[in-house]
Amino acid sequence: MFYRETGQFKTSYAADQQLFPIRQDRIAMAMLLVVAFVAVPLFASEYLFSAILIPFLILSLAALGLNLLTGYAGQLSLGSAAFMAVGAYAAYNFQLRIEGISILASFFLAGLTAAAVGLLFGLPSLRIKGFYLAVATLAAQFFIVWCLTKFPWLSNDSSSGVISAQKLVILGYVLESPREKYLLVLAIVALLALGAKNLVRSATGRAWMAVRDMDVAAAVIGIRLMPAKLLAFAVSSFYCGVAGALYAFCYLGSVEPDGFSLDLSFRILFMIIIGGVGSILGSFLGAAFILLMPIFLDLTLPPAAAFLGLPFSSATVSHVQILLFGILIMFFLVVEPHGLARLWQIAKEKLRIWPFPY
Amino acid sequence: MQFFFEVLIGGLLSGVMYALVALGFVLIFKASGVFNFAQGTMVYLGALAVVGFLEKGAPLWLAVVLALFLMLGFGIATERFLLRPLVNQPPISLFMATIGLAFFIEGLAPLLFGNEPRPLDLGVVDEPIEAILDATGMVVSRFDLLASGVAGALVAVLALLFQYTRIGRALRAVADDHQAALSIGIPLQHIWVIVWAVAGFVALVAGLLWGARNGVQFALTFTALKALPVLILGGFTSVPGAIVGGLIIGASEKLAEIYIPPFLQEAFGGNFGGIEGWFPYVLALLFLLVRPEGLFGERHIDRV
Repeated sequence: MFYRETGQFKTSYAADQQLFPIRQDRIAMAMLLVVAFVAVPLFASEYLFSAILIPFLILSLAALGLNLLTGYAGQLSLGSAAFMAVGAYAAYNFQLRIEGISILASFFLAGLTAAAVGLLFGLPSLRIKGFYLAVATLAAQFFIVWCLTKFPWLSNDSSSGVISAQKLVILGYVLESPREKYLLVLAIVALLALGAKNLVRSATGRAWMAVRDMDVAAAVIGIRLMPAKLLAFAVSSFYCGVAGALYAFCYLGSVEPDGFSLDLSFRILFMIIIGGVGSILGSFLGAAFILLMPIFLDLTLPPAAAFLGLPFSSATVSHVQILLFGILIMFFLVVEPHGLARLWQIAKEKLRIWPFPY
Repeated sequence: MQFFFEVLIGGLLSGVMYALVALGFVLIFKASGVFNFAQGTMVYLGALAVVGFLEKGAPLWLAVVLALFLMLGFGIATERFLLRPLVNQPPISLFMATIGLAFFIEGLAPLLFGNEPRPLDLGVVDEPIEAILDATGMVVSRFDLLASGVAGALVAVLALLFQYTRIGRALRAVADDHQAALSIGIPLQHIWVIVWAVAGFVALVAGLLWGARNGVQFALTFTALKALPVLILGGFTSVPGAIVGGLIIGASEKLAEIYIPPFLQEAFGGNFGGIEGWFPYVLALLFLLVRPEGLFGERHIDRV
């Protein structure tokens, strides 16, 4: 009933190939954008912006980057946090060292810098795959964080590599309140997500998926593996780099290299596992889930423990959190390997024929 | 020169410890094709369990036996509740499932046995052997020597087990080809239980040695990360490879830590310690470019 497509005829190739071929999807997406760009800024509180919405969007962007690489091109990476770090530090340095550069330009250049570094660490993917590659990306993770800590030039000689992001100035207008930062992040994320959605249904995206499913077979049907894999690394690192720059400039304000630890890489990986590997929507769902779950547990665990009369310290809460994280990951992999995005798809199928399933 | 040898020997001995962790990885990878990311946290769980039982008043031998049973039970539960439902999933899913498992243990172990760092006393002191000190002037720790002895014995036993027993033959058959092994009547699930139990045992041994050396604390799980480049160097499927890889990684990271920072300092100024943290990975990465299957790994041929 909600998804009845009766009467929606496609009479041109353009109509057949458009991004959202079903009218209901178009309406839903338009409404979502209106809500995100207009309704939320009007009504949301300061806390909601700076503690939930901004990190959600930024981490979604990072997850999206990893999803392009792991979900679409099939190259497992455990170094996404390091590429975020490259983006953050590059944006900082562009702002610092180039007089009068626009903040958006330095975000873009930061993304390109991360892409270049990603390309470098993607080189081994030409010879190795699977677990070997995962370990190789760990090299990126540890090496980059070490470099940022040890080379004082990169953090402008601050102690232990801490940087404080410069003011966000766009065309002479200073963005200070969380609401303005939220709008900036939202605009960038929406734009890049649209780009990703289009990229994965282009020839490049199809080549990536062929490589993911079986690279030898892909090579046989004429896909050049080297450009395909390296491009996946570059694009993915670009997304992670922009996410890292936003992370430093719009979310935290001041970051240190250790903030981009292996732990963050794993969290981003979990986002795409839970959200859905190989799905744009899944990156957002997964980021929301991973971000909201600890907040939810923080709120519910202590009262629950008090109710049951158990002694609960904050250390215990964090252990239970980790424990539940682990259980959820395993649960999702066993029960629904395609993640939340798949659940949404199933729900859509059901809605299509509801209330007459036969 | 003497200093060089001292660093080298120190590195080799710590490499033995890496090899012990890597051994657990290899066992599981060989028999089930699962890259078990949770091996490092299993080491942590083993050590923590022993310390936990000791605190409850059990003597050392009883604590070790109880911990062993815990690890075996854990291995069986993993097979039953995690691996069996995931049969026929792509290897990458299994890998990610073991990351979930690692988090599960990371949360569970401190809940059961407490999370504050504690020492573990095995009754062997960590002091230099006088005979070697007198003869050559080099410091070789008694404890390190014992650790490498244990590691050597463990490898020998495992090699014999793999080569000459019925179970060992079954394990090798499963490692070669799951389907073929199944079709000649080898019970796959039993084999997996055995392998996970043995890996649990290896993790316990590694946990005892690491715990006695550095104290039982969360940082033990990071040793697992050091075992990954060891695996790459040695090859994922080779028991001797784990040992040789461990020695190479251990020695080279210690030498790099001593000899590389002065060069960097001269060139850039500042403090460049902590090379140990990434050097093994970069070494493994460079090595992969030359020989993707590792020193002793089998060359993989792709068929469409």
